[in-house]
Amino acid sequence: MESVARSQPTAGADTAPSKDETLIYRQSRWTRLTHWLWAISLFFMLLSGLQIFNARPQLYIGKESGFDYNNTVFAIGAENTATGPRGYTEILGKRFDTTGVLGWSGPPGQETSRAFPSWATIPSYYDLGTARVVHFFFAWILSTTLIVWLIASLINGHLRRDLAPRITDLKRLPRDIVDHAKLKFHHTREYNTLQKMAYGGVLFVLLPLMIITGLAMSPSMNSVLPFLNDLLGGRQTARTIHFIVMVLLIAFFVIHMLMIFAAGPINELRSIITGWYRTDPPAHDSQSPERSA
Amino acid sequence: MPKLQISPNLQINRRKFLTSASLGLSGIMLSGCDAFDSQLGVGDGLRSFLEGANGLTWRAQRLLAGSDALAPEFTEADIRQAQRPNGVTAPDDDVYKGLLANDFADWRLEVSGLVEKPLSLSREQLQNMPSRTQITRLDCVEGWSCIAKWTGTPLSLVLDQAVVKPQARYVMFHCLDTIDRSLSGDIKYYGSIDLIDARHPQTILAYGLNGKPLPVENGAPLRVRVERQLGYKMPKYLTKIELVDGFATVGGGRGGYWEDNGYDWYGGI
Repeated sequence: MESVARSQPTAGADTAPSKDETLIYRQSRWTRLTHWLWAISLFFMLLSGLQIFNARPQLYIGKESGFDYNNTVFAIGAENTATGPRGYTEILGKRFDTTGVLGWSGPPGQETSRAFPSWATIPSYYDLGTARVVHFFFAWILSTTLIVWLIASLINGHLRRDLAPRITDLKRLPRDIVDHAKLKFHHTREYNTLQKMAYGGVLFVLLPLMIITGLAMSPSMNSVLPFLNDLLGGRQTARTIHFIVMVLLIAFFVIHMLMIFAAGPINELRSIITGWYRTDPPAHDSQSPERSA
Repeated sequence: MPKLQISPNLQINRRKFLTSASLGLSGIMLSGCDAFDSQLGVGDGLRSFLEGANGLTWRAQRLLAGSDALAPEFTEADIRQAQRPNGVTAPDDDVYKGLLANDFADWRLEVSGLVEKPLSLSREQLQNMPSRTQITRLDCVEGWSCIAKWTGTPLSLVLDQAVVKPQARYVMFHCLDTIDRSLSGDIKYYGSIDLIDARHPQTILAYGLNGKPLPVENGAPLRVRVERQLGYKMPKYLTKIELVDGFATVGGGRGGYWEDNGYDWYGGI
């Protein structure tokens, strides 16, 4: 299945009549299926997670939350001012006015004090219990599909062939950065260096860290894995890391979308839906193709 | 654009389907997140389906933690502040205020239900039983944590004294504080744990906090500590422990006040 229509510019007589040698089967069904399950899971986990955060819109460093002392590093809140209530966001003691989005938001005349606005939370109204139900349901889906993907990718070679870093990746990195900055894309079967770093970073660093910090917040799991919080710096630090990784995943999502639009959304979407991807035509001038697989 | 030669119709149909599916999803994103609200109330279809995962979480954590794995305990140096109270902090109930006025001399802990020997214990009787002191972290479902030193009677000792009948499966806690009002009257706080957590070595009926008698705001004269679960599983202002084989007939039937309002019964995460 993988090798069907894999195109190498072999210039052999048998491939000459085909006009389709640039169309290759790039993404296995396992990669495609898990990709979309992750997309759906992360969407629901983000919005239910923001609802859960709204129940205690502060982040702390350490084993506990400081009430008689200050170990708060991030806070969203609302305060009364001479001109009416204002929403604020406080990062490491620096306060920013975020009225309308963070701290104080809602339809005109019906604004309320809530950390993340109702359009960014599930449910839209305040309901911690339901948000937890949604969050943990999709946590199971996300963790299970990660394991399924890992096993499938070990077996079908996706890991070794497409994601494993190589020495050449390091050599190509500077040119890769320049190419991305110029929005100059090479449509090849292989991922470029920045793609490998981004996908590998999400799959092997951010998502596992999300699961580990999530488990570290569970009092029941603390009795099974007591070293987890010692390693992370305490339950409240784990919660803060959980939040930071969420922000990094959003940053990944935004860049992921920008790159897809810049590189050709139809072709990119087709490859993650059907598996088929159109590569650049083989170069006929002196420039050699990107790299052979 | 050249079409694929392999069953082109199937490819296009599936592509169309998946494309419209992803467009549908982005439509939901754009329309705001009230899209799911109508299906997310307690008892609604979608919510009940998603709640199935709570059972999985409970079984997985039980499998991993077993009956005796201990919650982390901390040192005196980790106690850096007073225990933050939550929920009801000053019960306005006449019965409670009467007991408080007399420094709980007339207060009793009833142990009833599926037991061979129902008990009625005074605070002195409880304090004369062997005690356990532990410095542990309270994790509130809201997200905050607070470390404090708790002293109390292991619940297992009380259960042994009352001799639990074999058909009992849960311990139901009844409290003195009114947490809510309904058409049928005041709702006093209630909650339940199973016998595995009830007999866990760190599960105590606490009467002491940070070396002093338990203050009113933290649940005087007696509150539960269940160290492997979240704060809402540790009722305050305890008045009765009832051994039951199910909780379908208590309150909304989900095992506790907060559970009836949508929290998961097993508060282990």
